Amino acid sequence: MKSVSLLLVLGLSAAVVASSCGGSKAPENPVPNADSAAAAERARQDSIAAAQAEADRLAREEAERVARQREADSLAALSRSAEEVRNMLASMIHFDLDRSNIRSDDMGALDQKVAILQANPDLRIRVGGHCDERGSDEYNLALGNRRAQAAKQYLVSHGIDASRIETQSWGEERPLVDGHDEGAWSQNRRAEFEVTSGGDNLRRPS
Amino acid sequence: MTPLLLAALLVMQDTSAIDRGVRIGIVYRPGVRPGLVMLPRSGGGTGLDSVRAMISRDLDYSDRFEIITLPGGDSIRLASSSTPTRSPSSRRSSSAGTSRAAPANPGALNYPLYQALGADFALDVTRTGDTTLATLHDVAAADVRRTLRAALPPPGSPDYRQAVHRLGDQVVQAALGVTGIGATRVLFVRDGKVYQIDQDGADQKLVSSTNRQAMSPAWAADGRHFAYMEFQAGKGWLFLQDMATGKRIPVSSTGTALDFTPAFSPDQLTMAFSRATEEGTDLYSINVKSNCCLRRLTVGRFSDNLSPTFSPDGQRIAFVSTRPGLPQIYVMAADGTDQQLFAPFDYGVTGSSNAPEWSPDGQSVAFHRDVAGTLQVFVLDVRTRTVRQLTSVGRNEDPTWAPDSRHLAFVSDRSGYRQLWIIDLDTGRIRPLLQQSGARLPAWSPRLSEAPSTTP
Repeated sequence: MKSVSLLLVLGLSAAVVASSCGGSKAPENPVPNADSAAAAERARQDSIAAAQAEADRLAREEAERVARQREADSLAALSRSAEEVRNMLASMIHFDLDRSNIRSDDMGALDQKVAILQANPDLRIRVGGHCDERGSDEYNLALGNRRAQAAKQYLVSHGIDASRIETQSWGEERPLVDGHDEGAWSQNRRAEFEVTSGGDNLRRPS
Repeated sequence: MTPLLLAALLVMQDTSAIDRGVRIGIVYRPGVRPGLVMLPRSGGGTGLDSVRAMISRDLDYSDRFEIITLPGGDSIRLASSSTPTRSPSSRRSSSAGTSRAAPANPGALNYPLYQALGADFALDVTRTGDTTLATLHDVAAADVRRTLRAALPPPGSPDYRQAVHRLGDQVVQAALGVTGIGATRVLFVRDGKVYQIDQDGADQKLVSSTNRQAMSPAWAADGRHFAYMEFQAGKGWLFLQDMATGKRIPVSSTGTALDFTPAFSPDQLTMAFSRATEEGTDLYSINVKSNCCLRRLTVGRFSDNLSPTFSPDGQRIAFVSTRPGLPQIYVMAADGTDQQLFAPFDYGVTGSSNAPEWSPDGQSVAFHRDVAGTLQVFVLDVRTRTVRQLTSVGRNEDPTWAPDSRHLAFVSDRSGYRQLWIIDLDTGRIRPLLQQSGARLPAWSPRLSEAPSTTP
């Protein structure tokens, strides 16, 4: 046992000597440890706070975003409806070669325009008559006029006040589609409908 | 003969003519045109070569001469001043003009030589000081027919080419007693703008003053004004524009509807035009001198009336009416009375007829008609009221008369794209006026006199 104790003593002594020999370094060793622990603790605390703040901010932002989205969604719904009405109003009708009578397959589109004009009493429109390139350039001005008048006449005969509808002929001067075949021509023989006033908040016909 | 077969024959005729490069559609009468030789000279002063070239081209484009080109240039002329030997059998041998061709006269031509070449006339263009001389020799008479003098402006000045064209027209006048069409221009529309171009294809110039879409230019008889239609705010406006200054004024009462196809009366007091309203399209006239007195000439109700053109005496107006169902050519007194069909057609067979223009000599009305789904140029004989088809290759439309009443400019896609062509009705010769696509609605000017601003 004595020998073990002695050895232990020697060992401790040696450790003390060794420690003494370490010089100035010996006291510094625990200091960084304490510092880093503190720093880590501070950082931990900080990060918890930051995470909390971030979470709060995200929550706030999410709330705001949701609120904005709700608002936007309802606006979009409104404008989608107005846009839809405007598209219905702007849908073109088409004509047979050198003809200005309303085709039966276009009557539905015109009836829709009648309903829109009735639901929006301040709405005023212009009907533009157009032709394909096959006819005579100058005659097409007269033909385009006939087409615009035919469309207007349909609307007026279904109860729309004539003073709300302007007409205009472009002849063949404003083709919708470039091309020299029936595919292009049939699209160019048309009447267009544009809003001249009262088209800001178009109501859907009921 | 069925119309179809007739059309097929015409197509064949037209096509083969195009293959040969020159003549189409109508019968060419050879041998009736006098031969003319342009005397070759080199140099002789600045720009003289271009004067010769321009006049030579004008004489050629008049289609009134066989232009004879001399091989080898000067050599023939220089070798010609030896004693002229005249065959007693030559057709002018009985004339008394022998002294003219005496060898003592160094300016005399070797008339027998030119006669042997087939020339009836020889033209010599020279310059003395500032004066350009055009000496027209009558080869058969072995004499100088006329010496024309012109003080041409320097090449490049604005009136230079027109001054040369006027000299060329005087040569035609001196030779044949009729005035040429050298000093004329054509107005036309491209990309919605109005341009002018000389009849020989030179000096193309924009004359529209705005970027709005324009249509249907029409000359006043003095050649110093023109009218046209412009789209503006959903309406069709008619404007009257001064050629020299470019200033324009809206025609009285325009801008309330779609006004289009203006046409001047020959005295320039009246403009007739088409107006499209809720009732359709009808003809109106207005006094453009005092900007008053709008007058309605037609009441179409269920038909459209448009595209007026005055007879040169101002008494009648030819126009398009859809009263038979399809547009056809009608005529009426200038006050709107006595409306009747002008160009005959077969109901249910003949296609739409449009764009009439009365010839300056009053004898014809040119228009275009739908034939088998495309457009062809026709001419109505006013006296007999018969029509003949002039073209058959491609789509041909909107004919306009030259002041000589024998040339027409028109729009054709025969070369693959729509551009302006000129046809001579007497010979059937056809030439392109432009090499640009998209030109349309041509209007040929009257003979253009000297611009007032350049007259001292």
